[in-house]
Amino acid sequence: MFSGLQIVAELQGMGITHVVWLPDSTLGQWEDALSSSSAIKLVRVCREGEAWALAMGLSLGGARPLVMIQCTGLFESGDSLRNAVYDYGLPLFAIIGYRSALNAAANDSARTFTEPNLKSWGIDYRLIDSPEKLSELAAHYVRCRQAHKPGVVLIAEGRM
Amino acid sequence: MSRMSLVESLEVLHRLRRRDQVVLSTMAAAREWMNLGTHPLDFIYAPSAMGEAPALGLGMALAQPDKQIIVLNGDGCLLMNLGSLVTITAEAPANFVLVVCDNSVYEVTGLQWTAAAERVRQAGLAVDFCRIGHGCGFEAVFEFESLEDWRQQAPEVLAARGPTFVVLKVEPVPGGVVPRSPAPPVERARTFSETFQQRDRC
Repeated sequence: MFSGLQIVAELQGMGITHVVWLPDSTLGQWEDALSSSSAIKLVRVCREGEAWALAMGLSLGGARPLVMIQCTGLFESGDSLRNAVYDYGLPLFAIIGYRSALNAAANDSARTFTEPNLKSWGIDYRLIDSPEKLSELAAHYVRCRQAHKPGVVLIAEGRM
Repeated sequence: MSRMSLVESLEVLHRLRRRDQVVLSTMAAAREWMNLGTHPLDFIYAPSAMGEAPALGLGMALAQPDKQIIVLNGDGCLLMNLGSLVTITAEAPANFVLVVCDNSVYEVTGLQWTAAAERVRQAGLAVDFCRIGHGCGFEAVFEFESLEDWRQQAPEVLAARGPTFVVLKVEPVPGGVVPRSPAPPVERARTFSETFQQRDRC
């Protein structure tokens, strides 16, 4: 749906300093653009739980991190998300790949549970499911930052 | 194998600690570290997320590369997130020290053996955390069983170019409880962050 250069331009405009990521096949296509950005440091983790804790440390140190993972990684990383966002009140922000979201016929439980999962965590999220909605990313980030609350943008994946 | 007292091993670090060093502690180490006193650059990671202290410390180290970050972790905590060692060495922050207080048990849940403990492994050999540290590519790797050795070499350990990996073989503390947050965590995070970002603490 988006090129890496488009995403990097958006993130730079948002003032993001670090992208903490574990890619899926959609997000992974942005690797070259992310890793070659002079304004953004790409930090690779081995498991998604690390991403929230690492972003928490960056945030405590004055950086402006963004977590970038797939929805399956969201499921895996709940304890770390809970701790950073709720125990310590850090308004972390994430881009999450929404597996099979564009494929209504998909028999994929990851699709079934992604939005209910975010709702259960009380995370304010927006769904980007078409190219013209890219501006929602920065707009939602700014809203969440101003409200000092965590936020997520779901990037719909699957058939276009 | 001989082991040190956890408290005495932490006292060594406490005496050496400079005013600009961050000490991030979790679980049993956090409980005992708190008892040694308070410092504006202490981050007591309680409540914690399971196994995430090294990742949290790495984030701090990347955000503030001029400040040394010392993470006091447990072996059980490390086992929950061994991949974090690879994440750390990929970034290779020179200002990062990971201290693993290895007592071979889950202390705060009642001293159950970890899967890395010699006693419960079919082959009868404890997992060698130092070899894991070497294999992951830490710049400096140390292991201490004796308090005297640790006391003598601790200045060298802290002066080494990181990322540094230290295993302290310690005795478990029977009856050791889960550490409690010394103040509301949100308030502590805000205060710590303000102090951590001050330039005059470099």
